[in-house]
Amino acid sequence: MNPRPENRGAAIELETVSKAYGSFRALDGVSLGIEPGEFMTLLGPSGSGKTTTLNVIAGFTDVTSGKLRVGGNSVVGVPAHKRNIGVVFQHYALFPHMTVGRNVAYPLTLRGVDQAKRKARVAEALDMVKMGDFAHRYPSELSGGQQQRVALARAIVFDPPLLLMDEPLGALDKRLREWLQLEIKRIHRELGTTFVYVTHDQEEALVLSDRIAVFNRGRIEQVGTGRQLYDEPATLFVGRFIGDSTVLRGEARSDGTSTALGIAGETVTAPRRLTGEANPVMLLRPEKLSLRRPDQKAAAGANRLSGTIAEAIYLGSGSKYEVKLGDGAMAIVRSPLTGESFGLGEKVELCFDGADAKLLPDDSTADTTLT
Amino acid sequence: MEMKPLTRAVLGLVCLLVAIWLVAPTLVVVPMSFNGNKSLAFPPQGFSWQWYQNFVTNPEWSTAFLNSLKVASIVAVLATVLGTLAAFGLDRMKARPANLLRMLMLTPMVVPGVVLAIGIYAVYLDAQLVGTLPGFVLAHTILALPFVLIAVSANLEVFDRRLETAAASLGAGALTTFRTVTLPLILPGILSGLLFAFATSFDEIIVSLFITNPYLKTLPVQIFSSITRDADPTVAAVGTILLCATTILIGGGMLLLGRERKGRL
Repeated sequence: MNPRPENRGAAIELETVSKAYGSFRALDGVSLGIEPGEFMTLLGPSGSGKTTTLNVIAGFTDVTSGKLRVGGNSVVGVPAHKRNIGVVFQHYALFPHMTVGRNVAYPLTLRGVDQAKRKARVAEALDMVKMGDFAHRYPSELSGGQQQRVALARAIVFDPPLLLMDEPLGALDKRLREWLQLEIKRIHRELGTTFVYVTHDQEEALVLSDRIAVFNRGRIEQVGTGRQLYDEPATLFVGRFIGDSTVLRGEARSDGTSTALGIAGETVTAPRRLTGEANPVMLLRPEKLSLRRPDQKAAAGANRLSGTIAEAIYLGSGSKYEVKLGDGAMAIVRSPLTGESFGLGEKVELCFDGADAKLLPDDSTADTTLT
Repeated sequence: MEMKPLTRAVLGLVCLLVAIWLVAPTLVVVPMSFNGNKSLAFPPQGFSWQWYQNFVTNPEWSTAFLNSLKVASIVAVLATVLGTLAAFGLDRMKARPANLLRMLMLTPMVVPGVVLAIGIYAVYLDAQLVGTLPGFVLAHTILALPFVLIAVSANLEVFDRRLETAAASLGAGALTTFRTVTLPLILPGILSGLLFAFATSFDEIIVSLFITNPYLKTLPVQIFSSITRDADPTVAAVGTILLCATTILIGGGMLLLGRERKGRL
């Protein structure tokens, strides 16, 4: 399919959008700007508001308050069937009484596209998802992955400036999912349409997205590229949701330029301090931590915490260790193959440079919402 | 567990007896309709087609048959439209009031026919609906509606409403969605409801006996009055015809329902 430059994606703006069900606030003042042609992923645990946001954009759910613009025009109160937005559902939602070809032709028929043109565009869309040979089959004769590709073809065949996808790969197995992720990425590149993608899988979000909006309890915690979210999480929740992390909690003392945490009789420091009253915690990525035996000398100035190896996992490209610290907390360490190896139950010292520790205000919801 | 030969034989015999008992009336009627004599004696003597001939040529019989056809056809359409709309409304209502209303609409199936008949007759006397086409249609629709409601509701229960959301996202308004997605998928239920409604009206006798008069008789009423008056084997001929017709209708309805089930798997 040739890219259709005249059909560049639509920009989306949500301004303090709220949705209440009785006293429950499914969305609590969500503001989000999505660029034309961008691949934006709404990421969060179930019940965090990401699907509600998608339904609001699609027009399946009314907003309680707030503004919503698609392509510069307010769509509040516009019914779903007049929004011209493609939607792909987790459950495929193909019409079981129509063949694949008729399913894909459906939106074109509604728009009064004449038969010759319709046929060409259906073929084009099915080719794009590599389902060109299946036009005469019924959905019940297809596998889950094939059905979802047909659903994707049906959602893009009418050239919507915006495509919404609600956990489209959630019902598929891992290998198929990884392959379809790359397919979706390719299709996004070829179409130039704005994609909004909902998932609870952070790896999927990292693979696909230009930017990711992390949802928690009806609010957006942070919006940014995958790298920004990983390296500079704005909240403890984001830090824990994206990638592996070790969270150090302890008795905090701040002295203007640095923060020290007392953990089970040992002290670690970071050359930063938190503004505000909140209790600081340190968040560390696995590759910023290293292990050594207690008798070895540590680099000068490095923080050290003693612990015991609780789990050693060989990953091929390296090893991953879970280390139980003095206060019972678990640390996750990834070490390269060239490094030393440690056995289960071995006493070790966990070392890190205080500058690599990310200081964040403590947030108990970050733990409870993760399972 | 392997069955003993004796157990198997006894079981088979019992099954056979029950089966014979169930179809015996039918087995009596069919041969009787070919009786050579003007009597309802069984076993019949001789063979003739004359009672079938009488059914076709005697205006008393043919008129009654046409009346039944007319009433049943109108009832089938009316009950199907109303029953489908009701099923839809109930499907999209809150569960509590919907269940209450559903029970209310199913009462004609539970209330004894005679009780219904008395009530309808009393009202019809005042409204001067006795022996009229609208009278029959109204009364039979009450009786047929529950069948449509049940058939369509069963279909709506398995209908995936998310398909309607999908249709909306593709640009279909509510009416278009109904016409192109919902209706085709619940059509088997509607059609089987239609068949059951037709059959219900066509062989309804209890209420019909009350609201009939010499000017408008349906076929079951004609059969009843004929058999209480004289021993005319035409009754058996009509019975045989009805049997065939009903078997085809109900069989067709069951086939539709069965196909629907299989389609969902």
